[in-house]
Amino acid sequence: MTTRRDFLKGALAAGTIVGAGGTAPVQARETHKVPEEALGLLYDATLCVGCKACVAACKQANDNPAEFNTVDHLWDTPLDTSGDTFNIIKMYRNGTMETKDAETNGYAFMKVSCLHCGDPSCVSACPVSAMTKDPVTGIVKYNPDKCIGCRYCVLACPFGIPKYQFNDPFGRIGKCELCNHRHKDGHYSACAEVCPTGATLFGRTADLLAEAKRRLALKPGSVTTYPRGHLRHGQLKELLGQPAGQGRMERAGWKDEPNQNYEGVVGNYQQHVYGEKEYGGTQVLKLSGVPFEKVGMPKLPPYSSAATSETIQHTLYGGLLMPVAVLGALTWIAKRNVKPDEGDES
Amino acid sequence: MSAQLHHHAKPAPVGGPLVNAVTLTAGVLVLVMAVILLVRFVFGLGSVTDMNDGYPWGIWIVIDVMVGSAFACGGFSVAMLVYIFNKGEYHPLVRPALLASLFGYTLAGVGVVFDLGRYWNVWNMYWPWSVNLNSVMFEVAICITLYIVVMWIEFSPVVMEKFGLNSLKRKLGKYMFFIIALGTLLPMMHQSSLGTMWVVLGEQVHPLWQTPMVPLLFLLTAIIMGYAVVLFESCVASSAYRRSIEMHLLTPMAKVMLGVLAAYLVVRVGDLVMRGAFGTAFSLSLETFMFWLEMACFVAPFFIIGTEVQRRNPARLFIGGILLMLAGSILRINGYLIGYNTGGGYQYFPSVTEIMVTVGMFAVEVLGYIIITRRFPVLPRESAHA
Repeated sequence: MTTRRDFLKGALAAGTIVGAGGTAPVQARETHKVPEEALGLLYDATLCVGCKACVAACKQANDNPAEFNTVDHLWDTPLDTSGDTFNIIKMYRNGTMETKDAETNGYAFMKVSCLHCGDPSCVSACPVSAMTKDPVTGIVKYNPDKCIGCRYCVLACPFGIPKYQFNDPFGRIGKCELCNHRHKDGHYSACAEVCPTGATLFGRTADLLAEAKRRLALKPGSVTTYPRGHLRHGQLKELLGQPAGQGRMERAGWKDEPNQNYEGVVGNYQQHVYGEKEYGGTQVLKLSGVPFEKVGMPKLPPYSSAATSETIQHTLYGGLLMPVAVLGALTWIAKRNVKPDEGDES
Repeated sequence: MSAQLHHHAKPAPVGGPLVNAVTLTAGVLVLVMAVILLVRFVFGLGSVTDMNDGYPWGIWIVIDVMVGSAFACGGFSVAMLVYIFNKGEYHPLVRPALLASLFGYTLAGVGVVFDLGRYWNVWNMYWPWSVNLNSVMFEVAICITLYIVVMWIEFSPVVMEKFGLNSLKRKLGKYMFFIIALGTLLPMMHQSSLGTMWVVLGEQVHPLWQTPMVPLLFLLTAIIMGYAVVLFESCVASSAYRRSIEMHLLTPMAKVMLGVLAAYLVVRVGDLVMRGAFGTAFSLSLETFMFWLEMACFVAPFFIIGTEVQRRNPARLFIGGILLMLAGSILRINGYLIGYNTGGGYQYFPSVTEIMVTVGMFAVEVLGYIIITRRFPVLPRESAHA
């Protein structure tokens, strides 16, 4: 990382000297971290049974139409996320597909939806602030009333998440917003609400990360308690063997739910919480039995490309210092070389 | 020494008929484009293009806007030579180059609107409460908009001459030095940013193209393509209008172009070596094939117009110009399309209707160039060369 940043600084400094005939201080923009109270999901592929209740619930919660990929057009069969599908469960298959969550001769599931990056490329790319990151919840939100439909966000996202409705003359960008519109009524993300096994869990990213690490530390094959639905802070503390504390079971504003914890067998996890470090951290975290690259999650560096892009941009244009300096020099030169009657050669 | 001390032929309209085989063909192509665009605006982008969520940008952006605006850098490259490096002898090349640039950029700006999925919201790009100063695209959009206005001001004396508004022209002339300085700065800014735009795509762009040095690569190639386009246009204009070719200007200008090209190749290869990305160029794939094709087009001109004698041959200048226009185009297509992969097995190849819109855009340019050079004082008066 250091070498990369140094190279970037060096390259930019060189460019600065070439461009302005002088030096300017080069300050690399750090990768933004996930906000402290960020909300997110924990998807545990070893708990997923592939029922796709989350796919149906997501469609309903976001009022999205069905997509047909079979001849009979009987029910919603999206093959990938799209402008009308913000969440799907993809399947990994290998050989005889005998064992769940095994890389060879096995099968596995993977949830595909927005990861709500700490430092999202889509937000950095969007020229009109139609894509924004909530400073408190960290939810990456989309505003169709500002969006110009340039699809730079679609191009920029390393997870291929924002999608555009190409077949609609008034097409929008479609992506998961963690059911932000349902939060005011105390509801949380529909996918987590309906997940029968708690494979998709809603909560604070910090809590979800602690829960993910708890699972990774367990012995495969042993029995442990798994929460379902909405992981509350007090619940996490209990799972970690700490006192839950007074009034920590419910978070203000969220709807009341009975305790839905259940006993389950610990899966054979890859020792990697996907999203903890990728691109500087994402709010949606993932656990898997099969290596993440095999289930379609890209290998990414621990820094965001938004940071690289904005470092270049603000080095060149910060405070418009360099453009004004260059314009001054060019004006001075042009004034000497251009005569007022330019064009009247006769 | 100023530009005025050189004795140049005053620009004059070429004259001649506006309706001929070329303008009629261009007119038909423009009509075809208009019909396709009507379908696009009624049924959506998916109805006429093959763009998809894996390749959300197709040739309407990468060729019409990225390559189109780089082809339109002739005005910038020549103006920089004349007014900044004070090479007044090149002055007769300024007006025709500026005209082509004006068209190229104006059309690139219009082309963006065809591609925007929610074009009715485009005002947000200029609305202070909407703009995102972190977005590279925002910088590009503001800069190109401003540059189009600046170029129309730079070109306005031609229109004023035609309609005899000489006092207005003289008044504007007093401030022209500032307009020219601005017209040199703005392309430097957005042509480099058009490259910076792929930095945020990160690992999705192949390491042969993904580099923090890309703004410099785009700036240098835009300047090179600017000169290359002037070589191309001068050859085509002189052959089409049966005029003598301005070899006394093109030969030394080609040498300047090769100088910039040499600088580009040093930066390009140096960057690949320093990042350790050169090793990825030796596997067998479409990406590496296109990389070597790109490099070959950049290097070949040294063998075609490398010597002074070769540069006195108009046919060689023409081929050298075309090769460099191609080289810069392939660089842009490589980074945004060939070397881009978002995963998920998406494929993209432009549809016929998509290609016909791109063709239509170039047809508008040709048509406009012919009409204006035949009716407005742009090209140098022919008798002076005889």
